[in-house]
Amino acid sequence: MKYLDEYRDGDVATKIVAEMRRIQTQPWVLMEVCGGQTHSIVKNGLDQLLPPGVELVHGPGCPVCVTPLEMIDKAHAIARLPGVIFCSFGDMLRVPGSDGDLFTIKSNGGDVRIVYSPLDCLKIARANPDKQIVFFAIGFETTAPANAMLAWRAREENMTNVSLLVSHVLVPPALEAILASPENRVQGFLGPGHVCAVMGYSEYLPISARYKVPIVITGFEPLDILQGVLMTIQQLEENRAVVENQYSRVLDQVGNLPAQKLVGKVFEVSDRKWRGIGNIPRSGYRLREEFAVHDAEKIFDVAEIATLEPAICISGEILRGIKKPHDCPAFGTLCNPQHPLGATMVSAEGACAAYYAYGRHLKPQGKDAQHQIADPVHATGGSA
Amino acid sequence: MPTSRDTEIENQEEAETPVSALFGSCPIPIFEHKQIVLGHGSGGKLTADLIDKIFLPAFRNPILDKLDDQAVVTINGARLAFTTDSFVVTPIFFPGGDIGRLAVHGTVNDLAMSGARPLYLSAAFILEEGLPVDDLRRIVESMRASAADAGVQFVTGDTKVVDRGKGDQIFITTTGIGVIEPGINISADRARPGDAVLLSGYIGDHGMAIMSQREGLEFEGTIESDCASLNGLVAAMLATPSPTAPDFIHCLRDPTRGGAATTLNEISKRANVGMLLNERAIPVRESVKGACEVLGLDPLYVANEGKLLAIVRPDMAEAVLAQMRAHPLGHDAARIGEVVPDHPGMVLMKTEIGGTRVLDVMFGEQLPRIC
Amino acid sequence: MCLAIPGKVVETYDQGGLRMAKVQFGGITREACLEYLPDTQTGEYVLVHVGFAITKVDEVEAERTYQALMELDQLNELESPVVEELDEIEAAKQATTSRFIKARNGHEIS
Repeated sequence: MKYLDEYRDGDVATKIVAEMRRIQTQPWVLMEVCGGQTHSIVKNGLDQLLPPGVELVHGPGCPVCVTPLEMIDKAHAIARLPGVIFCSFGDMLRVPGSDGDLFTIKSNGGDVRIVYSPLDCLKIARANPDKQIVFFAIGFETTAPANAMLAWRAREENMTNVSLLVSHVLVPPALEAILASPENRVQGFLGPGHVCAVMGYSEYLPISARYKVPIVITGFEPLDILQGVLMTIQQLEENRAVVENQYSRVLDQVGNLPAQKLVGKVFEVSDRKWRGIGNIPRSGYRLREEFAVHDAEKIFDVAEIATLEPAICISGEILRGIKKPHDCPAFGTLCNPQHPLGATMVSAEGACAAYYAYGRHLKPQGKDAQHQIADPVHATGGSA
Repeated sequence: MPTSRDTEIENQEEAETPVSALFGSCPIPIFEHKQIVLGHGSGGKLTADLIDKIFLPAFRNPILDKLDDQAVVTINGARLAFTTDSFVVTPIFFPGGDIGRLAVHGTVNDLAMSGARPLYLSAAFILEEGLPVDDLRRIVESMRASAADAGVQFVTGDTKVVDRGKGDQIFITTTGIGVIEPGINISADRARPGDAVLLSGYIGDHGMAIMSQREGLEFEGTIESDCASLNGLVAAMLATPSPTAPDFIHCLRDPTRGGAATTLNEISKRANVGMLLNERAIPVRESVKGACEVLGLDPLYVANEGKLLAIVRPDMAEAVLAQMRAHPLGHDAARIGEVVPDHPGMVLMKTEIGGTRVLDVMFGEQLPRIC
Repeated sequence: MCLAIPGKVVETYDQGGLRMAKVQFGGITREACLEYLPDTQTGEYVLVHVGFAITKVDEVEAERTYQALMELDQLNELESPVVEELDEIEAAKQATTSRFIKARNGHEIS
């Protein structure tokens, strides 16, 4: 497939890693922000290819993981209502709320449907005029234009049976929250490639300047990620801290203006609670007042659910890159995708779930020792 | 369950700590499903859970405990393979096949995977009130043709009708018997370190053909189900010239629900061996790859209905592969890996890019993702 | 996050008041909304996320990026730099090292 296969070339990967070894003089801790990047890293075993001393920690870039429990419970409460067709991306179906997940609700007779595009909800709404179609509008900035279009079209066509339950989150405030933390060990970032395809990367310039960290906006294929890591190490080795664009074939500083424009007409910035992190001011989107009639939170009387969240799991520390999934005593044992205990296990994109799916809880022994999934820092004693 | 004291502590922490030091918060996990959910039918961990917790304890016996796709029973010295399968696919007509064709090939294949010569099938129909008779006629004709292809006969059957709304058009259950010749000893627990892992062709065709028809996920393209009876291919493989009995084929499985990854995991665990696969060697059509990329699915976990995995003694691997490639259903057969003594029960794969990945069993069904 | 796949636009049309396209991904074709890339022509490559084309793939940039990766080989074979440059490199390394040590002393790095 064009523009995908070329970025999976094993020989080029080896070259990039050789270049990393050539220039690296000390250990570095980098964070990839996107869940999709985490997925790619773990699926392709990219972190095993990195030179010792280059450590990748995983960021909070999974909108599914960071959707607060209260929001999940609201979604479930709405999905249970008779007369509602609850539409969602596949990712959200298995996320447990306080009592079951969307599959459980479906098995109890709830009309829950997986959609690929938010526009599918319009088709469903036209076919079911007597039902309330509610769409679970989650995502980072990448998904906002698509979700905005649904709200926009619903209003244009006066489709009063369509509403959105919005739980959008934004990347730059999350990055700042991580950088502002005294426990932060991250020295460079692989920025979110597809978020920036929509938004451009100008928001990252002040962050890079204020905290003096390199931010390299990176794509998702193995070679993209390796090149992004290389560019970040180059900056760190040269004591530079600027924003660079690895994913230049797809984005520039400005982003997609028509998309940003419609997003601005439909949504406004609001405070948002992030599961595993807490409230981050001005870190999300909500529907503007003009769209109140399409705002599921306003239409449906789903009372604020007081959620009990015992602090067993360490997903907050994982989301901020302070710990790794296998640092958690529950990882792979008490906590696995079948019985997720926390944010980072509930979604396929969460660091714990990705680690689990690609077998990191299992430790291969024996002849395939060279294939062993070793932590690059600890494997070499950690120092340059 | 959290105690009130836990809540107290949690509330205190929440009040005192600023954003930068907030801890992770965890929901109360779902430990048990009180009702059947769709994932229980996916062929992954949920299904295994159901078998382990509900069916095995009730029905336990040495034959069942083997948990192969078929049961091998010995009656008056003759070894018979015996299997059953239900077909509930929607839509009932899909590119490359229909539910009837699936119902024949699925059961024939379960028999063939024990090295048996499939002989006789039964068919039980559950029809929903309102199903057009023409649809039924089309499906039955398809079953006739498929049975003829496979060289089997339908010798008995049953029909029931349920109220409209209670039956999703048509469900078919087929049961089959076949006979296993002496000298053939094929079973999951025979996989041995050093054995070659062979795959008969492109993976992911069937699952993606079905997916292409699913509301909202439609795509145009030429992905057709690979639905086919494999007994001919198996016979060709068993007939590979060899000075000894055809016991060089240790294991055969058709990777249906859950895909190739799930099937290889089952064999690994059953035989307590490890496997190491080579991603570059696994054949996937461009169209299937494209569809999987778009939906965020992994072809290794997508169902196949006309493919088999064979675990073969290493000295015979090339010869068996040649036999496969000479057969119409094995043109694209490939050697995709080997059985290893290390990491028993685990399947590892060397990725295209040079890293290593562990292929775990699917949890429930694979869902399209946006992330 | 954000699964977005590059595909080739093979047809554009209007539907339900929206600009749409048929996009080809390695052998299969799917519909995508072009409202956010209204001037897209057939033959161009776009990145599609949840049924929306969010950006174009710049063929020239793609080529440039790929060439840069190919050239890494040549970098690895460069002759060693002259002495003055070496001193500069050494100085830069030391500056970075001390910065790192300062930072490190401030936190416990496991």
